[in-house]
Amino acid sequence: MKTVTIQMAGNLWKLLVKKGDDVQKGQEVAILESMKMEIPIVAEEAGVISKVYKAEGDFVDEGEVLLELTE
Amino acid sequence: MFEQVLIANRGEIARRVIRTCKRLGIKTVAVYSEADQHALHVQEADSAYYIGGAKVSESYLNMEAIIKVAKQTNADAIHPGYGLLSENAAFAERCRSEGIAFIGPSAQVIQQMGNKIEARKTMEQAGIPIVPGVSAPLHDADEGVHKAQTLGYPIMLKASSGGGGIGMQLVRNDEELHRAFEGNQKRAQSFFQDGTLYMEKVIEHARHIEIQVLFDSFGHGVHLFERDCSLQRRHQKIVEEAPAVCLEETVRQQMGQMAVKAAKAIGYENAGTIECLVDQNQQFYFLEMNTRLQVEHPVTEEITGIDLVEEQLKIAALEPLSFSQEDIHQIGHAIEVRIYAEDPVTFYPSPGTITRLSTPDAPYIRHESSVTSGSVITPFYDPMIAKMIVYGDTRKLAIERLKAALQAYEIEGIKTNVPLLKEMAESTAFLHGRITTDYLMKKKEEKRS
Repeated sequence: MKTVTIQMAGNLWKLLVKKGDDVQKGQEVAILESMKMEIPIVAEEAGVISKVYKAEGDFVDEGEVLLELTE
Repeated sequence: MFEQVLIANRGEIARRVIRTCKRLGIKTVAVYSEADQHALHVQEADSAYYIGGAKVSESYLNMEAIIKVAKQTNADAIHPGYGLLSENAAFAERCRSEGIAFIGPSAQVIQQMGNKIEARKTMEQAGIPIVPGVSAPLHDADEGVHKAQTLGYPIMLKASSGGGGIGMQLVRNDEELHRAFEGNQKRAQSFFQDGTLYMEKVIEHARHIEIQVLFDSFGHGVHLFERDCSLQRRHQKIVEEAPAVCLEETVRQQMGQMAVKAAKAIGYENAGTIECLVDQNQQFYFLEMNTRLQVEHPVTEEITGIDLVEEQLKIAALEPLSFSQEDIHQIGHAIEVRIYAEDPVTFYPSPGTITRLSTPDAPYIRHESSVTSGSVITPFYDPMIAKMIVYGDTRKLAIERLKAALQAYEIEGIKTNVPLLKEMAESTAFLHGRITTDYLMKKKEEKRS
């Protein structure tokens, strides 16, 4: 199973994709707000989003899964 | 003088204010969030009160909770530090209506200078040179493009309620402006609850030079000379020094006089800073006024021997200034470096636990820090965790000492910008005083291409 994970603790400010979306490798899928800065979260691999684990405004921690992707 | 002061802030600045209060025999009240229970400022104050959750909106920006503690403890005054509520006019007004002294200027002045468009207009009327730009809100991207074509690119698109480099974007052409407009508007709305944008022409290869002023409540004011804060990343300062390098003596004098005139024109009271850009022909332009104590205030303290926090407290306690302009001199040279919990290359923040911290000690080194070994850096607050200020009789000596001090600065467990600071301290551009505000951005672009 391919996933997009959170790189850094922070507040999930913007979710730029939804379930069923086709994402490309390197695409920005969300924006995290940490220490007063916006940090883009990028998909490392391409795929179709099968599950979204977090919602905008959620506090997220390093290593947590944000999205699940299928081929 | 006050008997008890509440510090409505956290981190190094809360500790800084506590230190001067202690020296003056003033009792201190700290406030803290859930994330700061073990913070040093909480341990050092005479008393400390929990005010809410980790998010700033629940704690350090929670006016009701802070006022409640102030009343409960009979605090005479509130020191807001920098950031957070320090430039919030409603908070200043609220303090005064509750009979608590707000250590800063009047709510009206905070409002006037906090709205950057109003500030431009006010200073222009007072005869202060301002950065060429538009002193009215931009309604949409098309209007922006129209105005930008008249001014000439590159343009800095800015948020009227902005600060700390947020909501600022450099645009080089119509297309970039179109692309940046909406995003910046939204960002400004989200951060400052005001999406109003305006624009200024970019002053190429400018230096950021700012003047410290102090005005008492009787209208007497002085300037404490300048600080050069040109070394920046993401429009935020990382190294500041005083005196400024390469500033002609006549320009230095003119800028000091201009700052006093500007502060007088708005009826300023307490410590404040007039920020300017200085171009390659030594022309200076008003950028904005910060109506509070600055992060980089220690460099001014080091070269003038004046404790700015002490002066702030005295002014707020309605004491007249005890010195005049002729009594203030710049002696020696001071450089401050800001230590950020961030990746030195991408500038992305790096929360985590500091597993080891060892800092150099010398009579000419001053630390303003909020951390020790074992401190946890949470994602809730600004990534600046410490400052180191180094003094020398000459700039050359100060730089030599800075280089050695940075080599001895050991911090483990999180990423910090110390490697970048070392690189800067070692660079010939810094040594020769050739740093302009676009220096790091240009360097990054060069590396990419």
